[in-house]
Amino acid sequence: MSADTIPITVELAGGLELLFDNEKKLNINLPAKMNDGDAANINYLVNYLCVHEMKDTRREMFEINGTVRAGILVLINDADWELEGEGEYVLQPKDTILFVSTLHGG
Amino acid sequence: MEKFSLGSENLDLRIRIAELERELADYRSGAVANSNTNGHATHALDGEGEEDEEEETPTPQDQDDRAVRLDLDEFRRYGRQMIMTEVGLDGQLQLKRSKVLLIGAGGLGCPAAAYLAGAGIGTIGIVDHDLVEPSNLHRQIMHTVEKVGQPKVKSIISSLKRINPNPKYVAHNYALTPENSIETLGKYDLVLDCTDSPQTRYMISDACVLLGKPLVSASALRSDGQLVVLNNPPGEGPCYRCVFPKPPPPESVLSCGEGGVLGPVVGAMGVLMSTEALKVLLSKADKKKRRKPAHLSPDIRPADAKDTPKKEGSLEQKRFYMTIYSAFSDTPFRTIRMFGKRKTCQACSPAATITKESMRNGSLDYVAFCGGKGSGKYPPLTKDEVINVEEYSKLRENKEGGILIDVRDDVQFGMCALENSINVPITTILTLPMIAEKDGMDGEDKKSIPIPAWLPRDTSTPIYFICRLGNDSRIAVQRLKRSGLVRGNVIKDVKGGLWEWSRKVDKTFPLY
Repeated sequence: MSADTIPITVELAGGLELLFDNEKKLNINLPAKMNDGDAANINYLVNYLCVHEMKDTRREMFEINGTVRAGILVLINDADWELEGEGEYVLQPKDTILFVSTLHGG
Repeated sequence: MEKFSLGSENLDLRIRIAELERELADYRSGAVANSNTNGHATHALDGEGEEDEEEETPTPQDQDDRAVRLDLDEFRRYGRQMIMTEVGLDGQLQLKRSKVLLIGAGGLGCPAAAYLAGAGIGTIGIVDHDLVEPSNLHRQIMHTVEKVGQPKVKSIISSLKRINPNPKYVAHNYALTPENSIETLGKYDLVLDCTDSPQTRYMISDACVLLGKPLVSASALRSDGQLVVLNNPPGEGPCYRCVFPKPPPPESVLSCGEGGVLGPVVGAMGVLMSTEALKVLLSKADKKKRRKPAHLSPDIRPADAKDTPKKEGSLEQKRFYMTIYSAFSDTPFRTIRMFGKRKTCQACSPAATITKESMRNGSLDYVAFCGGKGSGKYPPLTKDEVINVEEYSKLRENKEGGILIDVRDDVQFGMCALENSINVPITTILTLPMIAEKDGMDGEDKKSIPIPAWLPRDTSTPIYFICRLGNDSRIAVQRLKRSGLVRGNVIKDVKGGLWEWSRKVDKTFPLY
């Protein structure tokens, strides 16, 4: 692992794994810096996942307007991302980011 | 260490038993007369209230009396939970005094209701307007074969009575609407959301906020489940809108019928709901009224009492959690910390705009809020783009059936499929390029896109799309046409899908 990337774990649940060829867990070496030179944040990760990891072409099932669509909870190390700064949260090595689609069945 | 804790636990248990025995003795000496002269008060009449309306509204005095005592059968029935320190006689009486409403008598509602009935909740109301169907039986464990076709509320109540005839069961055999939700929920102390759509979830949460009722909310799909207790305590805990301020896009919402669900997964969530419901109700029991064990002098108790205000004071920092269950994951159960109450919440903040009046008069349109009934989900097709199952069957008999493309996923295709049909899942169809996109591409990407092997190379072979219910096949027709990969061929949707095929053409084809 070079210093240019940070190792993180991405987990997918609630059906989102279906967009990623049924992979529930992805170990990713994410570029540490975004295009503008700032440190990689969650919104950057969302775009990265759409471009590099997502197998389904319906990008709008995951990303809308540069961030996750409504109805997806984002958990940063098991805490709601709103407690951590949402899309602006700067990723740290070994973070676990969980994306969960909200469910409505019963 | 372990020895010590077992010993002290043993002592605690002895004390509890002595305490309960004392209370039982009290009851025997004083209360029996009460139960005789005021028989209706000791336990709610079982059959009553099974029709929609609750007859007489008991006076507060009645309710109190009803809750004051347990009869001997009830001591035997509930003893195993009563001897728990979290329950006790005060807790059991609190359960008996409580009125709980379950909205939905399906995969969540069935197990939740079974345990709440078993636990001795005084009044259990159930809202559902559906009938029992065979496809319910793998998970909706209160419904049985002989009840297929019956209203679910009737079916579930008859099952619950066989578990425990004591509670009063109230059937609300209608669909919950914004107009009737305030009145329906208003009669209860606690609500369980066991429904299956985003719009009902927002509506129930809003009603609970307006009425000050705690809400236990869970959901399940495939092998995943989610559980959260909302508006608890009322006014302090976040509501559904705090957790999910924006509804999901309708095309991302799947019901259990569309996405599938594993019975025990939704069952586990329903069982957890009943635990959370009991926790909420028991927290209202007045433990201070418990008799003190003899070896604890009254001087020791105030020290205990000091703990109570400290607990209440810490409510400000109270954290809120959601439990998520992912059955096939390495870590199936996880508890995640939620953001909590939202200062701008439309329902539960000082800035709230939703009122009882706006619910009652129907001015709140939850279906529209959630993006409509999925009407935009499937494209309309012209008459030329559709063929009905009978006509298509004739074409097949005449060997003019062209290529039949089944767009279900491979699992469903593997369950049953029409002869000579080929499987191209809708997710693959959706990867086809679109002409508009293609034109917009830069030079590098514009080089000719290879034609997928499953498409005919000639322009005369007709292409028919089919799926389970005739929805995804419509998308496929539209998408293939827009791809520009096929020129001249007839492209049609087999209307109503395999479901219609089974009903109108071949009754031996499995319906699922």
